[in-house]
Amino acid sequence: MTDSNSLWMSGNEAIAMAAYEAGVKVASGYPGTPSTEIMENLSKYEGVYTEWAPNEKVGLEVAIGASFAGVRAFATMKHVGVNVAADPLFTVSYTGVRGGLVVITADDPEMHSSQNEQDNRNYAYAAKLPMLEPSEPAEAKELLKDAFDLSEKFDTPVLFRITTRVAHVKGVLSKGDMRQSAATCGIEKAPAKIVMLPGNARNRRKVVEERMVQLREVAESDAFNKVEPGDTKRGFITGGVAYLYVKEAFPEATVLKLGMSWPLPEKKIKEFAASVDELYVVEELDPFLEHHIKAMGVECHGKDLIPNQGELNTSIVRTSIDPDSAPELFAPADLPMRPPNMCAGCPHRGVFFNLSKMKDIFVSGDIGCYTLGFLPPLSAMDSCVCMGASIPIAHGMAKALGEEGKGKLVSVIGDSTFIHTGINGLINSVYNDSKTVLIILDNRITAMTGQQNNPASGYNIKGEVANSINFEELCRAVGVKHVEVVNPHDIDECRTALKKALELDEMAVVISRAPCVLLPEIKNAQHNPYSTNTENCAGCMACVKLGCPAISWTNITPEEAVARGYKEKQKGFAVISEVQCNGCGQCAALCKFEAINRKGE
Amino acid sequence: MATTGNILFSGVGGQGILLASEVTVYALLAEGYDAKKSEVHGMAQRGGSVTAQLRYGDKVYSPLIEPGKADILISFEMMEAARYLPYLHKESKVIVNTQQIKPPAVAMGKIPYPADVLDSITSLGIQVVTVDAFDIARDAGEVKAANVVMVGAMSAFLPMDASVYEEIINTRIPERFREVNLKAFAAGRKITA
Repeated sequence: MTDSNSLWMSGNEAIAMAAYEAGVKVASGYPGTPSTEIMENLSKYEGVYTEWAPNEKVGLEVAIGASFAGVRAFATMKHVGVNVAADPLFTVSYTGVRGGLVVITADDPEMHSSQNEQDNRNYAYAAKLPMLEPSEPAEAKELLKDAFDLSEKFDTPVLFRITTRVAHVKGVLSKGDMRQSAATCGIEKAPAKIVMLPGNARNRRKVVEERMVQLREVAESDAFNKVEPGDTKRGFITGGVAYLYVKEAFPEATVLKLGMSWPLPEKKIKEFAASVDELYVVEELDPFLEHHIKAMGVECHGKDLIPNQGELNTSIVRTSIDPDSAPELFAPADLPMRPPNMCAGCPHRGVFFNLSKMKDIFVSGDIGCYTLGFLPPLSAMDSCVCMGASIPIAHGMAKALGEEGKGKLVSVIGDSTFIHTGINGLINSVYNDSKTVLIILDNRITAMTGQQNNPASGYNIKGEVANSINFEELCRAVGVKHVEVVNPHDIDECRTALKKALELDEMAVVISRAPCVLLPEIKNAQHNPYSTNTENCAGCMACVKLGCPAISWTNITPEEAVARGYKEKQKGFAVISEVQCNGCGQCAALCKFEAINRKGE
Repeated sequence: MATTGNILFSGVGGQGILLASEVTVYALLAEGYDAKKSEVHGMAQRGGSVTAQLRYGDKVYSPLIEPGKADILISFEMMEAARYLPYLHKESKVIVNTQQIKPPAVAMGKIPYPADVLDSITSLGIQVVTVDAFDIARDAGEVKAANVVMVGAMSAFLPMDASVYEEIINTRIPERFREVNLKAFAAGRKITA
């Protein structure tokens, strides 16, 4: 129930508020669904320094530095971002902290907006770090503040895991108390603790194990892990959002709710197991709890019943355990799919349209909105693995293929992704004499995650003017001789530049430069759409093949064609939705029949 | 209230589903309910099918509606109403904006927009209310208020008085859009109340 002090917030908004209330002074991160809104919201609070880092490794290292200086520090990233930040993560586990240090890992079960479904609880085990895991926004808010206290008390970074259904779920919560760091801000030299040469690291290695023993005692207390009494015929051990599904599927049952996913309370788990007739471990993704609980010699059900892929929900949890409870559902209707698409007027479309016409090439893609260039009708992306991979993959293919790959290998990467981890790949390609073409899709913003500024934007996280990278100079500085900038909306210019680059016997860069249409200054600018003069439409479908959501095709019969004054064999005509059109002009450039004109021209 | 109510919002990215679901939530909270709402951000918003799942009651645990348990389906696009049949039950109320947005395969002329798509719902004996939300919103003075027309049409199936929603619109929507949204809400509510 709610009262007048109640706030309605998403998990990410709640976590931002909690970081503020916890007394965080420095926060750095890289945007990534479902983590992005944490840093965006935190940047609006007074007295907290926030920034977008070029990647998660840098973000975490910035937070480590702030912690070493004695203030509470915070790093945010999505699950795959932790892979990038894993190098500092595993060693900051050894150094420990001065100011509290919490690292958010925002996992994405079901891969709503991700390339894999990794379960980052495994990082807590591997890096020997405590991990806290809330089930909903209100709990996230309180638990994050406790995470900072825990970090300072035990001299350890704390991993804080959320999933999409915590980050992007809204719930009712209230403001809380303000806390502050027990550390004092200032330079404090502690080489034995934070200079990780082998001799020092071996000593710290022992400290890490001692810390784990202490943290297990914390896990045994009721601070994070509580038994909720109930019917003991079935007992459930669960954590994160899965806890909510258990509570709804089996409301009468006793539950051991783990707010701390690592380390685990062995004594508490064994006592709970002994108190119930049958023990069920309910968790999303990997059998993380199950494996460690079984290693304690405790028998339980887990992934023998519960799916190890995708999100869970109340229904899945209930019917996995009680198959007879499955309700009869209405069958789904057979409907056309509605996948996401690049926006009307998206500058990337001009590049992918040209690539789609070059049949012998292989397009090594990357992570961003432009990954949608993979979809028909453009179908112009042939691989996509992880942030920054496009350039080395094209290079590796070129080295494998030799002569056969000449003039065929193209990598495509966005501005933010290029800065993230693409630059190293380009250096490698130049150094090792790649003969591939790199297209940098420079729309001046990190678009996919909702228009965050980046080092190429010219603005910082608060929208203040910042230094911006000059890509042409950067590419030349690492040794690229051929760098050409094109306007992607000019289809012909773009094609000419791509062909020229492919013919060169050297590493070549084409920078496709035009702003994202979702940028406020573009979105709110005077709308100047194109429209179709259907009388002139010859039904060639050239514009339709752009796959622009503002253009639609209507099929017609020969009789209708004649009635409309078309040739009898014309199969249909195209129409532009002026409401959706952003006036980029790519379709008008392709129309040979003067059927597409800017309104009023 | 003993049980939890479930409202499924569906449509196409960019139709204003989030604002509509927020107005509904604030009305429920003002009435003293607990609530949770689940949204999907990121890749799913680029013109694809989108949903928001809203649950309310004395105490809500799960943010996700179980299949077969949506009491209200409010769809901002016609075909998107039929996409969620497995979420419906016999007593579900379905409110549908008659607007059609062509998915890519239809826009490219490869397949037709499914004809009589709402028959797949009505044939199950489920009540469907169709709303020409665009026309109604245009008459109210702003086509962009179509989402609030839809909230108005849905509101008759929820326990709160119209005044609760009006208060939310008056306090949570920028002043220059209030008048048109109040009109849009009233026009929508008239359809079903």
